[in-house]
Amino acid sequence: MVIVVFKDELIEELKKKVEKWEKECVQEELKRHPERQKEFKTLSGIPVKRVYTPLDVQHLDYFKDLGLPGEYPFTRGIHTTMYRGRFWTMRQFAGYGTAEQTNQRFKYLLKEGETGLSMAFDFPTIIGLDSDHPMAVNEIGICGVAVDTLADMEIIFDGIPLDKVTTSMTINAPTPVLLSMYIAVGEKQGVPMHKLGGTVQNDALKEFIAQKSYVFPPEPAVKLVTDVIEFCVKNVPKWNPISISGYHIREAGATAVQELAFTIADGIAYVEAMLERGMEVDEFAHRLSFFFASHNDFFEEIAKFRAARRMWARIMKERFGAKKPRSMWLRFHTQTSGVALTAQQPENNIIRVTIQALAAVLGGTQSLHTNSMDEAWALPSEKAVRIALRTQQIIAHESGVANVVDPLAGSYYVEWLTDKMEEEAMKYIDKIDSMGGMIEAVKKGFPQREIAESAYRFQKEVDEKKRIIVGVNEYIDEEEKLEIPLLRVDPEVVRVQLARLKKVKESRDNERVERLLGELRRAAERNENVMPYVLNAVKAYATLGEIMGVLKEVYGEYQELIIF
Amino acid sequence: MSSTEKKIKVLIAKPGLNGHDRGAKVVARALRDAGMEVIYTGLRQTPEQIVETAIQEDVDVIGLSILSGAHMTLLPRVTQLLKEKGIDDVLVIAGGIIPTEDVPKLKEAGIAEVFGPGTPLQTIIEFIRKNVKRKR
Repeated sequence: MVIVVFKDELIEELKKKVEKWEKECVQEELKRHPERQKEFKTLSGIPVKRVYTPLDVQHLDYFKDLGLPGEYPFTRGIHTTMYRGRFWTMRQFAGYGTAEQTNQRFKYLLKEGETGLSMAFDFPTIIGLDSDHPMAVNEIGICGVAVDTLADMEIIFDGIPLDKVTTSMTINAPTPVLLSMYIAVGEKQGVPMHKLGGTVQNDALKEFIAQKSYVFPPEPAVKLVTDVIEFCVKNVPKWNPISISGYHIREAGATAVQELAFTIADGIAYVEAMLERGMEVDEFAHRLSFFFASHNDFFEEIAKFRAARRMWARIMKERFGAKKPRSMWLRFHTQTSGVALTAQQPENNIIRVTIQALAAVLGGTQSLHTNSMDEAWALPSEKAVRIALRTQQIIAHESGVANVVDPLAGSYYVEWLTDKMEEEAMKYIDKIDSMGGMIEAVKKGFPQREIAESAYRFQKEVDEKKRIIVGVNEYIDEEEKLEIPLLRVDPEVVRVQLARLKKVKESRDNERVERLLGELRRAAERNENVMPYVLNAVKAYATLGEIMGVLKEVYGEYQELIIF
Repeated sequence: MSSTEKKIKVLIAKPGLNGHDRGAKVVARALRDAGMEVIYTGLRQTPEQIVETAIQEDVDVIGLSILSGAHMTLLPRVTQLLKEKGIDDVLVIAGGIIPTEDVPKLKEAGIAEVFGPGTPLQTIIEFIRKNVKRKR
């Protein structure tokens, strides 16, 4: 690092010293005590050395590569004072069963000190089917809450003032519908849309890559993403209209480098699509937000978060010519790694989550979800959720890590690894660029194939005990009996949901619904922004399935490539 | 494997709506690497579609991967459909996020084994070799 501390002659001296140490001390030591492994690697497979010194970071320029917190390239954080000003938002993903149950869970979480809501939808909702669709019936309310019409959203947010909380919705293809419903609930509460705060995931590309709750083919899917971004920038200015997500990419088996690379490449694709619509980069870029996973390899995760900020700042400034610093900010939410949770000895997951959460905080996250210990078995119980939230509160209030901004900066290892992550991720991004961008890469199955490859390699390493997972392939408890209470979804939810949907369909003005759906269809055919039309349809209690049905007729449906 | 012996044919299927296909794909790949012939259905399959594919492809094994929590309705439906079609020589196994207390009920419904998170791939391969009902 070209910091004045290390002058050239000192670097030369250090080089000699390190060589001598390697040759003499290390070799001596190895004869007496061989190391545990022949080669040490990060969780993502990056080989790491025994020790890092100023030699490993001498190429870095403090001013260009690090800077100060709140300054370009934002490696050290997007805010000047970070958590000294305020802690990250503690945001636990929740939602299951009926709208009423989800409303209760939200109120419980707010009472326990949570500062933002995060909404989980059931699978039929996620892929845009109504609860009365034949494919939906078995999955109503199971993995999240079912939303068919505005009536459900009115119940979910009953008694929750939308001008006081922010809400994150994990929804993608049907984003225009769910966001419209939220706007409509706000209006009914007397909260105009420009006062609403929150996030929709709205990241279509990662659906093809990893999460697989796609509906439309890639081009129209991205078109709808940009409809939402444009609408929000103009009408819902405090809303994050997209959360460009690496989380699902990682969970599907990607390495940290792949997660970083594919997420940033997705971001590039959205920026390009927005520019093609004729918007200026500084008009919308400050509203883009990101979402990453935090896995077990502590330093690798921290390096990934730091590298992500630096890469995005550079790309926005150099590639897209952004002028405003805010356009260069990579603001991100983090969730601890679901795949790192073990079904065996689930209490151990509390420790894993703590390590992962700590990495996210040291990496400078803006908000955090900590997983509950029982999630390798089922949706979390209330007690498990409370422990997960308490984990964040202990890190915030007791550990002291939030008192200093980016405290690991200057660590030879962390700086070297941050740089390495960026370098490796940029190789992928160059490759994706040469394929014609992420939309083309997805159509060719490139990221899908890379991820499948990594997932398989990882499983083999675990099976061969090249990687030890406590309680799974080592320290196994053969006598283990599961002693954590599991949450079960009451099958009553199916009856309640179907009854409500039926009632709404009977009591609404069906002619008006038909007319508004027709207007939506014509707008989509003219390639207009669909948001205002969806909003009108939603207010007339058109169902999610009806609106998505119209859009599917216009835009078509995606057929997946089979790759394994 | 001798040249006259036929490969074990496996259908890996994703019943229901969840898109979590990491496990399904890793298992599909492992079975293929272990010398089996593997077909993967892709996502969002109904039990009817899965059984239809199994019959058309004449498979020996159906591996059902499910992480959505809907296993108690979707998995027994697959075995029931097989029974209705008079098929009793196809081995049906499952994997995913399935609570232990549901396993006995699934076995009663004709699922031969349930492989939870953390199962070594070799365990699945060996189970199939040992329990495949049809002699090829």
